[in-house]
Amino acid sequence: MKLAYWMYAGPAHIGTLRVASSFKNVHAIMHAPLGDDYFNVMRSMLERERDFTPVTASIVDRHVLARGSQEKVVDNITRKDKEERPDLIVLTPTCTSSILQEDLQNFVDRASITSNSDVILADVNHYRVNELQAADRTLEQVVRYYLEKARRQGTLDQSITKEPSANIIGIFTLGFHNQHDCRELKRLLQDSNIKVNKVIPEGGSVKDLQDLPKAWFNLVPYREIGLMTAIYLEKNFGMPYISITPMGIVDTAECIRQIEKHVNNLVSNKKFNYEPYIDQQTRFVSQAAWFSRSIDCQNLTGKKAVVFGDATHAASITRILAREMGIRVSCTGTYCKHDAEWFKEQVQGFCDEILVTDDHTKVGDMIARIEPSAIFGTQMERHIGKRLDIPCGVISSPVHIQNFPLGYRPFLGYEGTNQIADLVYNSFTLGMEDHLLEIFGGHDTKEVITKSLSTDTDLTWNHESQLELNKIPGFVRGKIKRNTEKFARQNNITNITVEIMYAAKEALSA
Amino acid sequence: MSNKISETLTFECETGNYHTFCPISCVAWLYQKIEDSFFLVVGTKTCGYFLQNALGVMIFAEPRYAMAELEEGDISAQSNDYEELKRLCLQIKKDRNPSVIIWIGTCTTEIIKMDLEGMAPKLENELGIPIVVARANGLDYAFTQGEDTVLAAMAHRCPEQILLIERKKVIQDSNIQNLFSFLSLEKKEETTNKNFEKLKKNSPLVLFGSLPSTVASQLSSELKRQSVQVSGWLPAQRYTDLPSLGDQVYVCGVNPFLSRTATTLMRRRKCKLIGAPFPIGPDGTRAWIEKICSVFGIKTKGLEKREEQIWENLKDYLDLVRGKSVFFMGDNLLEISLARFLIRCGMIVYEIGIPYLDKRYQAAELLFSQNTCKNMSIPMPRIVEKPDNYNQIQRMRELKPDLAITGMAHANPLEARGINTKWSVEFTFAQIHGFTNARDILELVTRPLRRNNNLENLGWSNLTKKETKNKI
Repeated sequence: MKLAYWMYAGPAHIGTLRVASSFKNVHAIMHAPLGDDYFNVMRSMLERERDFTPVTASIVDRHVLARGSQEKVVDNITRKDKEERPDLIVLTPTCTSSILQEDLQNFVDRASITSNSDVILADVNHYRVNELQAADRTLEQVVRYYLEKARRQGTLDQSITKEPSANIIGIFTLGFHNQHDCRELKRLLQDSNIKVNKVIPEGGSVKDLQDLPKAWFNLVPYREIGLMTAIYLEKNFGMPYISITPMGIVDTAECIRQIEKHVNNLVSNKKFNYEPYIDQQTRFVSQAAWFSRSIDCQNLTGKKAVVFGDATHAASITRILAREMGIRVSCTGTYCKHDAEWFKEQVQGFCDEILVTDDHTKVGDMIARIEPSAIFGTQMERHIGKRLDIPCGVISSPVHIQNFPLGYRPFLGYEGTNQIADLVYNSFTLGMEDHLLEIFGGHDTKEVITKSLSTDTDLTWNHESQLELNKIPGFVRGKIKRNTEKFARQNNITNITVEIMYAAKEALSA
Repeated sequence: MSNKISETLTFECETGNYHTFCPISCVAWLYQKIEDSFFLVVGTKTCGYFLQNALGVMIFAEPRYAMAELEEGDISAQSNDYEELKRLCLQIKKDRNPSVIIWIGTCTTEIIKMDLEGMAPKLENELGIPIVVARANGLDYAFTQGEDTVLAAMAHRCPEQILLIERKKVIQDSNIQNLFSFLSLEKKEETTNKNFEKLKKNSPLVLFGSLPSTVASQLSSELKRQSVQVSGWLPAQRYTDLPSLGDQVYVCGVNPFLSRTATTLMRRRKCKLIGAPFPIGPDGTRAWIEKICSVFGIKTKGLEKREEQIWENLKDYLDLVRGKSVFFMGDNLLEISLARFLIRCGMIVYEIGIPYLDKRYQAAELLFSQNTCKNMSIPMPRIVEKPDNYNQIQRMRELKPDLAITGMAHANPLEARGINTKWSVEFTFAQIHGFTNARDILELVTRPLRRNNNLENLGWSNLTKKETKNKI
């Protein structure tokens, strides 16, 4: 047992559901007790989804405990098959069903006989993998299922497209700025004269998965999800993949050079040369390179920062801060413990120390010890920063609704470099302001004492009403107090009791 | 015809495929209510993930709750549950020093049959802190019923009432004797009698249900106006202030989801339950007070006028809701009382979805709802227990209600299809009890109507792409 208040990565089934519900016309059925369909709330609220989340639960209740699920799961699958006619139904185990150890594969086999949809059982163990690992696994499982199916049916066409083309693998629902990143990647490929073959899983149809091998190569922008799929495709179809995250100017250029290499391997006549494009983008389209030369950025030199997040974002941001902006990264860390080796290798030489943990109190202690000028982390670090009065830029999941902006905010590609530069710059106390604060000894902290015009009051609050007033949350207390006094004056009451307070609330509907 | 329908209540029961919060969410409001408590949820990552997401920012305010996260070793019984829990509770004692630790049992502890009830008394002795066990799991309960399980468990910890009164008497007697020792014996007797007069005013009345302290004192003072003294609340602001219970004590619920607590109070603590409609809406509040007064043989004064006054204050909102239709998808058990209030406001209720309906505990509320329907001459809406959200959405497509009261999973998709929604969860967190807060209920109910009045003429109420026919 572990005493835990907060966790960075969610349980395994969340990962499976995120992948399943990202595909078009795929329905997930959770084998779970009442209340475990909280995923629907998150998707509907955070992503502001207009459509019903294609996730239902086959409820595990007392009867299921006593007698087993029996027909229930099969019935639920066939029912959903009739109601929604999905292409694929993914039966999703949860922590509860892991312990029940029912033969879910058997249910899947039975249900697939009667239903028109394909039915698979997500192959994830709740107690062994977390949300991100499960998502990676499920995506690979779905891709493998459909490619093998196509091979069996003889519909698999292994020839590659005429023009250079790429698959983007790993864009999915509730991912940190995934939608914007996807658009930016498409633009990057388009600028490089490369067609986008398929984007999976977001918005993709499982029927099109058999076209995946048509692409010349795969692009896996995030470390956490998509790698397993890319490795599978490399092994079975000889498709090369690029797993360099195009985040920051240097890495974006590196990613494009890799693309150039893979494409030139396959064309014989005219070779692609992206160097002029990289140069043009770096020096003039993206503002980030210029920004780091500008005197604004001088003020950031040597300032201490702390970075924490998932492996992809924490590693990339660390390198951007250290390599591209001259900021001193005192500590960088990730909660992706399963990928610690890769992470350490990536940030080697760009930071003073490395912290790999999924315990937010350790991260908090580290930040308190280092006292950086700015933090770049998840929502948890933002709150730690608030407590310690240190500004924080959010660079990674887990996130809140404000990290699903409506405006265009990619982290990847050349527009991404601009966004990151803004984020970094705005997170530090602005340069000039910083100087002035030092010179004049801090902000003017004089508080507004009263909001009424006259300060003398003829009203007395008795002891109970004062206690009552103190129970009211701070942010409305002032309003309640003023309204009550207003009511008392109107009714020529001088002694305010609890009853008067309530009467005032009723009368003024405060 | 409409009268005929409203005479008999019809209850339906569907598949139970509906969205609601897990009952462990009750820790969110209970840890705030009981100031010296610590809630330990014994469960998995899934439970923790739900809590941290459902409770949003509250998680960052150093909450007095935590997960005892079960790992593979705990599931396969490789580690000793007792030792593990002891280790965690010792740490909690050291860090927070609470007056009580409440263990929340979850689905997992049920399935692996972890004997929390058995371990608690042992550990309690070793630790010197009371440990209360509540099994608030998704296998058996929905959302607000979590509070019910916690309060039912706490009811066992309330001190015995008779003992307390006797002790008080002894102390009082000796105190009075000391104080008035210079007075004559006669006078001494007089004062003691006087004191007893005060105590005897009405038999002790304990209200159960967790409410924000302001709402609790509002309800207490409403009763005080009718000279009914409330002797205690379950739960109190602090665990150490739990009210005393016994066979002389009357109890009355303030929320419709407290049936287990009511049963425990009656059967195990021998209290007398006052079955009343719930003090939600001015009509409900008045009926609730009247019922309590009638039990104590007190004639109410000024209640009718007070209710009228409240309705008068609500006029602007009533104009907005009158004649509008509403559909409760059902997820927090407040539905019957809210529907009754909205019907009284002049709304038409198409369907009352509800996770679970205890017809005995809610009997007075059901009867009151029926009468309200009769008075407003509309048929009693269908009550659907354990609803099926998919079917409900199909019904909603046909009925096209003006307002759907629903969970957050469905709110945005319904809005995109042009149906106004109000998140049902807000009714559990807002202050909705008593005369004073009637306006807050309508504030919530009318918010989508008011908002959409403003946007109505823009011509983009339906914001979904054309869908295939056979799908929702």
